[in-house]
Amino acid sequence: MAEGVKPRVKAPATAKAGEAVVLKTLISHIMESGQRKNKDGSVIARSIINRFTCEFNGAMVIDVEMHPAISTNPYFEFEAVVPATGELKFTWYDDDGSVYSDAKTVTVA
Amino acid sequence: MKLNRRTTLALGLGAAAIVALPVRFAAAATGDEMIAAFTGGAAVAEGGVTITAPEIAENGNTVPVAVASEGAVSIMILAMGNPTPGVATFNFGEAAGAHSASTRIRLAGTQDVVAIAKMADGSFTRGVATVKVTIGGCGG
Repeated sequence: MAEGVKPRVKAPATAKAGEAVVLKTLISHIMESGQRKNKDGSVIARSIINRFTCEFNGAMVIDVEMHPAISTNPYFEFEAVVPATGELKFTWYDDDGSVYSDAKTVTVA
Repeated sequence: MKLNRRTTLALGLGAAAIVALPVRFAAAATGDEMIAAFTGGAAVAEGGVTITAPEIAENGNTVPVAVASEGAVSIMILAMGNPTPGVATFNFGEAAGAHSASTRIRLAGTQDVVAIAKMADGSFTRGVATVKVTIGGCGG
């Protein structure tokens, strides 16, 4: 597991039924591209998050396949439709097999 | 064969072309290959994807990029001038509110950023944005 990985998600606490809400996610991760070299000339091994998914009550919102060209601390902004009160589940998949997740509850008034 | 001025020139040109070819192929083929793998060789229409990216990016390590395409199932972003052209593929699910997303990417230098969208009916469309990069983002 890479060190200091901390997911952060910004989602509204309440929404109107059927409204598209904007979600912003950030996860702290070095996203080592596998292109950089050490001082002694050896290549630093690739270590990135290669997939990110967001689900709302089990329905897929977005599924992102990531490559080394995604910046350090990967940031995503996208929209989801919220038909009823439910839970947004965010999952990040690391190259080394680790899985990081976060969840937010959106209440439909 | 007598080595006169004309043949010498021709030889030199030929040698230069041979040297230059493999390098160009290695860089260009992977991006085109990724497009071919994504589209399955289908024709790609122009202009159906909106890419929002800065004209000039001072730092190639974090370039904000947003893509949007009405009715897209998935959108693939490629940085054609990077050592590995793949950037990200967004697959929109049933609960997606808009067919758009934004993120931050690395760019090795001034280049075209290409986005290809797969539509619900199986057709493909693309958009291109040129980004000038002052300091590249791929390390030494």
